[in-house]
Amino acid sequence: MTIIHHTDAPAEATGEAPTTLTLAGALGRAIGDALAEDPSVVVFGEDVGPLGGVFRVTDGLNARFGDERVWDSPLAEAGIVGTAIGMAMNGMRPVVELQFDAFSYPAFEQITSHLAKMRNRTRGAVQLPIVIRIPYAGGIGGVEHHSDSSEAYWTHTPGLTVVTPSNPIDAYWMLRQAIASDDPVIFLEPKSRYWTKDAVPLDHAPAPLDRARVIRTGTDVTLMAYGPTVKTALDAAALAELEDLSIEVIDLRTLSPFDDATVNASVRKTSRAAIIHEAAQFGGYGAEVAARVTERNFFHLAAPLLRIAGFDVPYPSPKLEEFYLPTAERVLNALDTWEW
Amino acid sequence: MSDHDVARPGAEPIRLIDERGDAAPLQRAPGFAMPDAGILLDLYRRMVLARRFDVQVSALTRQGRLATYPSALGQEACEIAAAAALADGDWLFPTYRDSIALLARGVRPVEILSFFRGDWHSGFDPASYCIAPQTTPLATQALHAVGFAMAAKLRGETTATLTFLGDGATSEGDAHEAFNFAGVWQTPTVFVVQNNGYAISVPFARQSRARTLADKAIGYGMPGHFVDGNDVAAMYAVIADALERARAGGGPTMIEGLTYRMEAHTNSDDPSRYRADEEVERWRAADPIARLEAYLVTDGILTPELQGEIGHEAERLAASTRDAMNEAPHLDPLELFDHVYATPRAALAEQRGFLADELAASHAPQASTAGASTADEGRTA
Ligand SMILES: Cc1ncc(C[n+]2csc(CCOP(=O)(O)OP(=O)(O)O)c2C)c(N)n1
Repeated sequence: MTIIHHTDAPAEATGEAPTTLTLAGALGRAIGDALAEDPSVVVFGEDVGPLGGVFRVTDGLNARFGDERVWDSPLAEAGIVGTAIGMAMNGMRPVVELQFDAFSYPAFEQITSHLAKMRNRTRGAVQLPIVIRIPYAGGIGGVEHHSDSSEAYWTHTPGLTVVTPSNPIDAYWMLRQAIASDDPVIFLEPKSRYWTKDAVPLDHAPAPLDRARVIRTGTDVTLMAYGPTVKTALDAAALAELEDLSIEVIDLRTLSPFDDATVNASVRKTSRAAIIHEAAQFGGYGAEVAARVTERNFFHLAAPLLRIAGFDVPYPSPKLEEFYLPTAERVLNALDTWEW
Repeated sequence: MSDHDVARPGAEPIRLIDERGDAAPLQRAPGFAMPDAGILLDLYRRMVLARRFDVQVSALTRQGRLATYPSALGQEACEIAAAAALADGDWLFPTYRDSIALLARGVRPVEILSFFRGDWHSGFDPASYCIAPQTTPLATQALHAVGFAMAAKLRGETTATLTFLGDGATSEGDAHEAFNFAGVWQTPTVFVVQNNGYAISVPFARQSRARTLADKAIGYGMPGHFVDGNDVAAMYAVIADALERARAGGGPTMIEGLTYRMEAHTNSDDPSRYRADEEVERWRAADPIARLEAYLVTDGILTPELQGEIGHEAERLAASTRDAMNEAPHLDPLELFDHVYATPRAALAEQRGFLADELAASHAPQASTAGASTADEGRTA
């Protein structure tokens, strides 16, 4: 069993030594590089200016680029997204932050009714190259409204691209690619992983924005994860190895579009698949993945696709979240329910 | 004058021409002057054309040729004053109600009506007219107008934006956020609130407790003006002044035009359930076109010949609007997939192929899939 390094291409191909960054630091670095390269990039949102965002992702950018490139907006999520839409209609590439997952809901209408539809509505005449950064998911002891996983709302909306990095390298490169994209991108940042560190090669992109990645090879089970649950999936695979069960782990990276090719190839090899996410199970993203993967690979599957997800309850209070969040043990117990 | 020392709107609407067509007393419009004769004549001509268009489209809707049409009959003064006051490079952010403002800015009837006929959501290219697509979710477009203006301001351009809101729409959160962002960012944005008395069936008294909607401007730190919305001269003077101020870096303005919707909300509405005939008749006496016409005729600016010419032009517009409805709509089912993403998606290509096969198998005339493989996914717009 091999653990594949995060980068697809070897670092020595690039000449420059990779910089060690946290996931949050890599995001800030990506925004800073985009601001430096493209004068049409602007950054605004609540507290993103001098404070650098509540997670310090935009730390130092206001000082470096000034109030006309990076500034604090009034406290209003529909306002942030709605004005970003107008700015993008007038030639800018806004990168905006909605402070916490559940606080993106006041902007729901602007995102689903306008951001996602403007290109379609105008027969391609108006495009909205906007990135909406949303720190999401739990595991940091946040109180109510600070730990939701909202991906199903966004992936259900045609017109949006929805991605989530799980490590600093992807954080840097996926954000660079999201800012460069002419489509609106919902960029979900797993806040429990903000402090993960890794060496980030800053001079070549490891994988395009629409590609999932096999991050650990295995032969018995394909385990799909994204954002905060990638670590859980890798932990489960390590535990399973002790029991001689070989788990292949796929970091989906891009939730919409879904990378069918990478997933199908793995599932056809292993013939068993499971998906793990933090959001409630019912009507969740895992339901789409289960249906989709089953439709395309039914005759290659030895068992029904499993979902290891949050319970169908509101995200719990900090002292109870350990009972809610899917764990490596829960993954293994779920796999045990298959008739092997 | 300090930043926050902005004028409070009066309790009586600003007026330049009264309901009988006489010049209103000077104190009704402090600081605003009567537009010159050429402008008044142009406003008159555009209002006549707009009304003829509106009447024609309502008739076509009753015949079932359009899915729906929100008429602006009676609101011509607000709509036309705004369209006429905008400079070529300024942008308009309209709602479903504002088709005649689009017409007055040069959008072809067929391009306007594609939205209401149901062939495509926006039938015109926004950039070629400097007009955003008409929005249906209330007040959402006001934020787009503020963002657009902000981008212009950041680049040091003199573009201003103007957005229309209904009285009902001012109750929405997005309206508040737009007013507030515009105030804080000092964007070159003019908000024109058309208070036409009702939000579908809900009367103004159940919408807001504010004395006037223009009063709200004070809370956002911007000037507000309460204007007779059936007096096109006053609406033009106030809007033109606000746009000029915006372009000169003076920030946003809120303008309430007090007007009335003479027709139903849309063809599917029954106004007799919520308003009395007497009320409608009272407003008929305040008609914006008749009023200006009386003023111009008295002053000898509008001659019978000119009136005849404008009448003919209106009939030609009505005929071309009817003809536009006879033009075959541009309907290509495969175009469903063409403008969803800039970056092509395999899943959409697959679904497009599915529909193409289905069309090929059916005997419908649209089954021709010529050009089907040339979806413009990926083109830069
Ligand atoms: C967010 C939202 N809620 C409800 C509606 C349904 N609706 C369409 S028009 C309308 C009334 C709007 O009234 P007003 O803002 O006064 O504008 P008017 O139609 O009178 O021009 C309503 C409730 C909508 N379009 N958008």
